[in-house]
Parts: sequence; structure tokens; C-alpha cells
Amino acid sequence: MDRETLSIVITGHVDHGKSTLIGRLLLETGSLPKEKLAEIKKISNALGKDTEIAYLIDQFKEERSKDMTIDTTQIFFKTRKRDYVIIDCPGHLELIKNMITGATLAETAILIIDCAEGIMEQTKRHAYIIAMIGIRNIIVVINKMDLVNYSQEKFIEIKSAINTLFQTLDMKPYFIVPISAKDGVNITKKCSKLNWYNGPSFLKALDMLKPSREKTSRSLRLPVQDVYDIEKKRVLVGKILSGSLVKGKEILVLPGSAKAKIADIKIFGKKPKKASNGENIGITLDRDIDVKRGCVIVDKESTSRLENRFQGHIFWMSEKPLEINRPFNIRCATQEVKCIAEKIERKINSSTLEMISDNPDKVGLNESAKVSFKTDRPIVIEEFSRLKELGRFVIEGDSALLGAGIII
Amino acid sequence: MKIMNYLSELENKTIYIIREAYSRFRNISLLWSIGKDSTAMLWIARKAFFGKIPFPVMHIDTNYKFKEIYEFRDKYAKIWGLNLLISRNNSAIESGMGPEVNKFKCCNALKTIALKDTIKKYNLKALLLAIRRDEHGIRAKERYFSPRDLNFKWDYQNQPAELWNLYKAGLNSDEHLRVHPMLHWREIDIWRYIAQEKIPVTPLYFAKNNLRYRSIGCETCCMPVKSNANTIKKIVRELETTKTAERSGRAQDKEDTYTMQKLRSLGYM
Repeated sequence: MDRETLSIVITGHVDHGKSTLIGRLLLETGSLPKEKLAEIKKISNALGKDTEIAYLIDQFKEERSKDMTIDTTQIFFKTRKRDYVIIDCPGHLELIKNMITGATLAETAILIIDCAEGIMEQTKRHAYIIAMIGIRNIIVVINKMDLVNYSQEKFIEIKSAINTLFQTLDMKPYFIVPISAKDGVNITKKCSKLNWYNGPSFLKALDMLKPSREKTSRSLRLPVQDVYDIEKKRVLVGKILSGSLVKGKEILVLPGSAKAKIADIKIFGKKPKKASNGENIGITLDRDIDVKRGCVIVDKESTSRLENRFQGHIFWMSEKPLEINRPFNIRCATQEVKCIAEKIERKINSSTLEMISDNPDKVGLNESAKVSFKTDRPIVIEEFSRLKELGRFVIEGDSALLGAGIII
Repeated sequence: MKIMNYLSELENKTIYIIREAYSRFRNISLLWSIGKDSTAMLWIARKAFFGKIPFPVMHIDTNYKFKEIYEFRDKYAKIWGLNLLISRNNSAIESGMGPEVNKFKCCNALKTIALKDTIKKYNLKALLLAIRRDEHGIRAKERYFSPRDLNFKWDYQNQPAELWNLYKAGLNSDEHLRVHPMLHWREIDIWRYIAQEKIPVTPLYFAKNNLRYRSIGCETCCMPVKSNANTIKKIVRELETTKTAERSGRAQDKEDTYTMQKLRSLGYM
């Protein structure tokens, strides 16, 4: 009963066939309720088109009439091997925030490329964002092979360009698969039209991926999410990000030097003696110390990084640029602090992956940069590759999201 | 290190989101339709707060609900010690609003407007709703934390980005948040969880005379589906093989293709 689930995000340039690929997958894995198919036939006819399988995903009226995805959608399907959650993302530049939203929910990414058009602006940007937010499980599909008569030559040409693109990002896709989503070629099974292709079909390639499990560290990290008063006791609640807790264990509350022992571990309906990473728990301490949301509980003899200066790779999503020395808020797990950018180390145009040298003191909309930050009080951080949830952050100002990044 | 089982991962994510909403705003409410999803959410909220939910639980009463729903609500509100808030648009009910007038208008008046009035009255900053991505294509586009303006409009063309579990925290003074702690659950997960936890649900879900409800709401606008599933175990088995959509018995999804989008953009759940 306890089947494995893999979440995948489908990315790529506008019109390269993301929604069509998902529609095709649903169709060929028999994942569609019968009313759905009837519904999209009806809508396609009403819009004067052939049955458009992309409408399974593009649910908004505006999406169907404009033939584009506006916001990210999630759809479920299963194979014999496991269950999948597929996240479809818009390919338009203006909708990049919706693409990032979708991508942060996934552990695997598919990058789709129209073989007639080749690598385009959003292909590069999406590849960059996938790399930046730390997804390493990647499959590239080369779509619309029907438009080039399933030409091996064309496939090899694009494949080599893709390998070069991913090399600049220091990554390598697991598979590069030729398909035609529209005609259903090489989606669930191999096809004679691609007899020169020796690799797996798209679905087979998906099933061959292994879920990326974080290597969990033994040292305790429990960011305090809230403090409740229950039966005259102060109960600290939060999610254990790494390590474990046992009753009686000595802990340290950061920032600061206050130490205490764990008096009790609380999970409703249970009497746990121990709790470990991934669990959302409550604890009480043996003495009254000042703990609030944003504190991080660690082992007594901790070697955690408590710092007020760090570097991050960021992606900027606001019209208002990031500027040196202008204050904003940074949130990392439950920690929230005032912060400034001290120095912009280098700036990258995410659509060409080239360095940008103009306006070295600003990071503008849809630009990426390596930035040195200074916070007004120290926070507990980790390198993203060591512990994701303490290695990623968002930047906010006036209650709006401005940018996001990972700690290096 | 142990790897959690799947249901436990879903549950933990939901606890985190519920606690996050409470931590941010305090003045929040959980919307309980008495259906399986919101009952499962309520169950998890009790876990999040160690048995006693520290905010009101709201039932939007259209006056057209099944009698089983009212019975279940009153019984478990007492057993679980809930602070139950009943939200009704009495003036519309008294002036004869009903599905026979117009289904779209009825949903809007008896659910959406009732909800608007209650939010205003209690100055609620966030509402916990048990919608799931897999139940409707429009709901698949939702965020976990989704802001609504003064007029409750869902600006679906311009939703803010939501990255990882760093959910939207700030609000403009005339906004409130719809928080969706069950967004990542599927229908079958809900039933497996109900089975695992032995969560009580209304008898409407279990087949009688070869018919059962898969999705419940107002008696006037819900149709049962053909089924022999009269136990939770059989429901799970049915869902493993079915090709019928969950909300196929719900009238408001069917009126025309975009009814759900229109209703939601006006503030419907």
C-alpha cells in the first residue's frame, strides 16, 4: 500500500509542448476520468479546434482561448512502479514566478525542447532555475520529432547543444529522449519511427529515476515555529529538520547561549520517547528560558553555522531591483531578519547564461546573481547542499516576495 | 535515519501549514463542511494543537445540507470540544433563495456571501480550507497560502509566487488568506488516512442500495454514484480502479465548463 511517489516538474520554452506532453501521458497511462475526455472534446469543438489534449492541464478559460498555460497545475498519474505528481509550468517570461513556484514543489525536472526551434531563451532560464533550486534529477525530452521526420541528425545536433548548456551549469541530464507528444511517439513505448534510438521511452526513463533523498545529518536542527501555553506549560512546536531528540537530552537555543534539558516530547495521541527528522512535534523544557519563533534548537555541543554574513545565489522576481545597502527582510525556515546586500559578486543573465557587467550595484527583474548578505542579527544557516531547509531563503519587502536564493 | 511513510509525510506537511497559519495570524478559522476532507483536516488540526483547537471552526450552513451532516456536526462538535461557528445567510434563505432559482446564484448567496459576512464580522485574517489539487482542475492551480482582497476576488492571473514552505506571511490590511493545508492530498490518500486513523465520517459516503456519495454538499445539488462500497476498505479499493471523477455528482461543476472558475474568482471555496 505504501507506494513511492515522485514529483516532477515539466519546464521549457513557451509552445514547446509541456501541457501536450502531460495530456498525452494521462491519456496513455489511462489516468483520465471518462468525463474529462468528453469535456475537452466539447471545449475544443466550441473553440473550433481539434481535440486539444493540453486543455486537460490548461483549465482557465483564458489559458484555453490563448493556448498557453498561465499558472502551474498539478496532475496525478501512476505507473506500475510508482505514483507521480506532475507539475506543469508556464513557459512565458512574464509568468516566471509561477514557473518557480511549480519547480520548488518538485524533486525531478523534465525540460522539453521543440526540435524544430531548438534551445530558446526560456529553455536556458528554466535550466538555470532548476539548477539553482537544487534539482539534480533531470530528463530532457526533444519534442515535435514529427516535424523533422524523426531525423536522427537533428536529434544529435540538439542533444549536443543541450549537453553543452548543462555543462555550463555543472549538471548532466540522466536521459535525453526524442518524442512526439502530439502523435504519442516514444511516450510510453518505443516506436519504429525512431528505430535509430536505443534509449528508453519517456515513461520508462521516468520510472528509472531514483527519488533524490537528502543525506540527513545526525546533528539536531529544530527551528521553533511557535510557542503554545498548554496546561500552564510552555510548549515549543516545530519541525525537526535533522537529527533527533530524546527525553532528557541537553540542548542549546540559538541565537544565545541558553541551555536546557528536554522535559517532554509531545505528539498528540502518543507518548514518544524519541522524535526524529521530518516530524512536527512539541517539546517542553526543564527550565524557563526565553524561546520564541525563529530560535533554533540544536545539540548542546553544536558546531552549527550561526552567522550574520553569508553568500547566496539569488533569483530576483520584482520590478524594484535589489540594491546594495537597501534593507529588506530575509526568511530562512522560521527565522526572519532584516538584511542588506553588501556586495553583488557577479550577475548572470538567466536567458543567455552570460555575465552581465552593467549596473553592478543592482539586480533587476529576472536576473540572477551571487550576492554577499549581512543580517542585523546572526541566524542559523547551512549550505543548501547539506540541509535544504536551512540553506534556502526568500527575500521580502512591504509584505511582497522580491526574490529567493540558496546559501553557498 | 528513518524514512517516513507516505501518509505520515502528508500529515506532517499539513500540521506544519496549520501551525504556520496560526503562528502568523492567530485570528483564523477552520472551515468544516463536515465532508471527509475537512473532517480529516480537523483531525490533523487537533493533533497540531494537542487536542484543543485554539480558534473557531466554521460551518457554512446553506439550510439545504443533508440531515446526516447536521447530526454529525453537532455530535462531533461536542465530542471534540470545538468552538463551532455557524455561518448562514439568513436573509437570502428567508427570501427564498434556493437551487431552483439558479444554481450559480444560490452557491454564491448561501455559501460565498455567508462566508464573506462571517469573515468581516469576526475580522478573520486566514481561513483553513480542505480543498485538494486532484479534485478539480481549477483547484490544482491554487497556492497553499492564497491572498484574497476586500471583495474576496481571487486574482488567479496574478497569484504571488510561493517558494518551498516559506509561505506568504504579510497581508495588506484589506486582505485575508485562504490557507489550504490539504492541497497535496489525493482522494485515495484521504480514505487511506481515514482508515489508518479511524476517523469518523458521515454515513452518506457508504453505499446503500448500490449508491453512495463520493462528494457531499447540499442535498439538492449532490447526486450519488453507483457503488457497492459500504466500508472504508471497499471505498479504497473502488478508488484504486475507478475512472469516474470525484465531483461527477456535484452540480455546480457542471452547469457550464467554467462555473467553478467563476465561483472561485468570486470567493467560493
